[in-house]
Amino acid sequence: MPGAVTTAPNPAATGSGARRRRRRARIPAPVLLIAPSVVFLAALFLWPIGVGVAQAFTGADGATVAHLRRMVDDPYFWDAARNTALLIVVLIPLQFAFALAMALLLRERPRLSSFYFYVWCVPLAISDLAAGLVWLAIFADRGYLNSLLARLGLGDGYAWLSYDNQATVFLAVLLAELWRATSLVLVIVVAGLQNVPRDYDEAAAVFGATYWQRLRHVILPQLRPSLQVALILRTILGLQTFAVAQALTGRNFPLLVGETYQWYVMLRNEGVAAAIALVILVASIGTAVVYLRVLRDPAAGSLR
Amino acid sequence: MAPRTRSGTVGTLRSPGSRPALRLDRRRLLGLGLTAGAAPLLTACGGASTSGSDEEGAITFLSTQFTPVEERRRFEQILRERVPGGAVAYNPVEGNVFASTITSQVAANRVQISLVGGLHGDLAPHADRFENLDELMAALGDRRFPPEIAALGRLSGGATTYVPWMQASYVLAVHKRALEWLPSGVDVQNLSYDQFLTWVTAARRGNGGRPVFGLPCGPKGLYHRFFQGYLLPSFTGGQITTFRSPEAIQAWRYLAELWAQTAPASTNFDSMQEPLQRGEVLVAWDHVARLVNAPAGKPDDWVMAPAPRGPKGLGYMLVVAGLAIPRGAPEADRARQVIEALTTPEVQLEVLRRNAFFPVVDAPLPADLPPAIALEAEAIRRQQAAEGAIVALPPVGLGARDGEVSQIFKNCFTEICLDRRPVPQVLDRQARELNRILDELAVPCWRPDPVGAGQPCRVP
Amino acid sequence: MSRGVGSPPHRRSPGGPEPGRRGRPAGRGRAARRRGIALHVACIAVTLFMGLPIYLIALAALSSRESLNRFPLPLVPSDVSVETMRVFLETTGVVAGFQNSVEVGLLSLVLSLALGVPAGYAVARYAFRGRQPYQLFLLLTRALPIVVLSVPLARVFLATGLYDTTYAVALLHTALALPTTVLITSAIFVAVPVEHEEAAMVFGATAPVAFVRVVLPQALPGIAAAAIFTFVTSWNEVLGAAVLTLGRRTLPAQVLSTLADSPLAFRFAGGFALVVPALVFIAFMRRYLLNMWGTTLR
Repeated sequence: MPGAVTTAPNPAATGSGARRRRRRARIPAPVLLIAPSVVFLAALFLWPIGVGVAQAFTGADGATVAHLRRMVDDPYFWDAARNTALLIVVLIPLQFAFALAMALLLRERPRLSSFYFYVWCVPLAISDLAAGLVWLAIFADRGYLNSLLARLGLGDGYAWLSYDNQATVFLAVLLAELWRATSLVLVIVVAGLQNVPRDYDEAAAVFGATYWQRLRHVILPQLRPSLQVALILRTILGLQTFAVAQALTGRNFPLLVGETYQWYVMLRNEGVAAAIALVILVASIGTAVVYLRVLRDPAAGSLR
Repeated sequence: MAPRTRSGTVGTLRSPGSRPALRLDRRRLLGLGLTAGAAPLLTACGGASTSGSDEEGAITFLSTQFTPVEERRRFEQILRERVPGGAVAYNPVEGNVFASTITSQVAANRVQISLVGGLHGDLAPHADRFENLDELMAALGDRRFPPEIAALGRLSGGATTYVPWMQASYVLAVHKRALEWLPSGVDVQNLSYDQFLTWVTAARRGNGGRPVFGLPCGPKGLYHRFFQGYLLPSFTGGQITTFRSPEAIQAWRYLAELWAQTAPASTNFDSMQEPLQRGEVLVAWDHVARLVNAPAGKPDDWVMAPAPRGPKGLGYMLVVAGLAIPRGAPEADRARQVIEALTTPEVQLEVLRRNAFFPVVDAPLPADLPPAIALEAEAIRRQQAAEGAIVALPPVGLGARDGEVSQIFKNCFTEICLDRRPVPQVLDRQARELNRILDELAVPCWRPDPVGAGQPCRVP
Repeated sequence: MSRGVGSPPHRRSPGGPEPGRRGRPAGRGRAARRRGIALHVACIAVTLFMGLPIYLIALAALSSRESLNRFPLPLVPSDVSVETMRVFLETTGVVAGFQNSVEVGLLSLVLSLALGVPAGYAVARYAFRGRQPYQLFLLLTRALPIVVLSVPLARVFLATGLYDTTYAVALLHTALALPTTVLITSAIFVAVPVEHEEAAMVFGATAPVAFVRVVLPQALPGIAAAAIFTFVTSWNEVLGAAVLTLGRRTLPAQVLSTLADSPLAFRFAGGFALVVPALVFIAFMRRYLLNMWGTTLR
């Protein structure tokens, strides 16, 4: 629990108008506000997380790196790492472009927009197990896609998910994930968009700004905090993806969490599972740090 | 609306009007909704029972078997009707939940499960978490468990850790349409692996180039058992000791040829009954419980046959499920009674009739079995009685490493059939992996390899 | 209902203002119409993509078992059967599982909002030094796969006597949802002008009152979004719930994990049955999510 409470908040150092007028409490306000969540997580989860991490380095007789070595020797591990990275790198930009486009479409307030929004949120309600099932029903050799093609007289079935068609396998996983997880970004962006005053935008329009200029200079900067949050959450959750890929491809498209699961459940080797989990943990926290640093909101200071 | 004045004042900073008051109304509504929703929390304390465990004196039975919803209902009915002495709350779970639950409960020394049931491979990793059932086993002498099955239950140091519950095997299911391509003079009930390959090749040609044969190579498929218990014993007469032999190289080369004639979608099949029902494949090898629905609708269209035979004989594998009692289990005596009830011949036959798992006790099969099960029973009988039958057991004594050993065989398949790597190199590398695991364990081999007590099993 | 009173100015009724019309010179009418058409086409295309899989799962859930084995599969409802749904709904524990799921979902919702909203406010409003480590700390539980956490976690709950209760599952789900709640609400609080709050305090409100009366209503969309995520996360979470309970399962733990081996028809029926309650919840919360949409517009 690094520094959350121990690095005591120091409001005076960055004091601005709002806080100077605030009555000085004995315990600084932010500590009071975040303390419950810190205590909650620490009390319940610090120990399990510690055990999980320790498993990666503990063998039958004390500390060991055998699990790590076993992990890097496993051919599936590198495939899984590569696939996970590939999926994240391709999926997340697509997903953000898609979600942003959807939110902006809604912002134009078309007829039935409320209905549209609802349908676009629907994948949120679907667990990843069920989502895997649906997309398997679509892409399977005798699934809905091939049924449609057959009815249209376009051949009697293409093996979309076959292990020798790596390109279509990847596309299928990508499409399924795009469908399943874009709603999360959409909802965050829509919630953020609620607080972007339309007046600014319209003022810019009156002064002749094109749609793209307004998007770039008015809307996106105001959405920045929401996008940053969506990006962090989506990347961390993206690193946890596996149920859909597993349902669609078995182990033909291994992903890191799928491998954790494989080692833990099928192979009953908790040490190697924990080692892979640790890789995921490091990758998650690493990307989160990068996002927090790189996307630090320059406007945030003025709000304080 | 009391809050209106103050928030209304503030609201004017941005947008005039009654909006803030309205928002408060909505918020209050939300609060009301949540309060209403929270009401059941106060009444139902800690949740409602989903397995009938709230009944008076019910004991909890955790199992990896009969997870499919219909099988579960049928088995629950058997428990209600045939097991005297009170309710048994049946909790079928997936393998990982099964393992986590046993591990965590025994480790915390707060066991809430009275009885567990699972396949040999599910139970093996927990050998030291189960009670010694030697006495119970002695009391059940009249059940006449076959000795090789009873021996499987002695997981740790010769003590009985689980009592045999049910058995099954793997056979071929064949839609009669596929028989038209069977080479002349070949008997589907007595195939050799070469005839089998000729047949599926001809059938594929006849079927417009679409393969007719499928293997359960999906993430939850049992295809490794095909290599461990069927292909390798039939070609080499062994499993581990012959892992790298010239015969084994021949066996894997055969498999690569067979795979070229196998439906590529096999890597997505967990259980073959569905692709068979869909007509996606016409011939399949799988576990009897995973084939039984295929002929259920139209049994007359189907044939069930023993697996093919190879140069060394007809290798086949026994699947055994067992019942065990975790250490420190509550109501362990009740659990013993349930074990006694479940191993009576009548209940064993009832389980066969309804859920297609075969008895492990001495019980003659009745004539009025459902047609699909009768087909399977006949195929199993022929398989066991076949000349030169070689019985293979699932790995014995590997405990938690069971899955890793099976993974070696799956890796061989992936590298040889999917990645098309040269067989000898693959086997050499996988043999090193296999020996690394086996050397740590130092357990004797299991059938069909020569079983020498005190002689650790490894690939020569 | 008090909602009805205030709704009209809020709701973007289907007959609301046309997209391109307001505030544009009259001469651009045709361009605006073309844009309007493009807008609709885009919306319909996205709706088809997002909605089609739902249609297919409903279709499959309500088809007879035989028709799922045909090829080509029927793409319109031709052989409607509620048989598999009926068998599924009669299975032991579905009703109790539903009750447990609602309990866990709401409990997680209340807990994660109670813990997360104040923290989100702190992250948005105060530049304290532990802010970034705090955010990363929150993500810890989310960043480690649950499968690795499950056994030690079960041990904690066994030791505290919470094992096999809905409370244990709710605590886990709260932890899973907490980062989402804190981060989303903080992103929204950042956008609420601090001047409003200051103004309220100038008029004599204390800080908590100013927060409740001024900031909270403006942050309602973010809170609604966080609530949706919490509930839906909890509703669909299987792995942890299955390990932490035994006889008191939530519906997905009861259904999804055991349906994995069931025939395809049941898997569709189970998948579909789980979708419906979550859809109802989203429909309810959507209104709060879109709360602010009309306000700055009038």
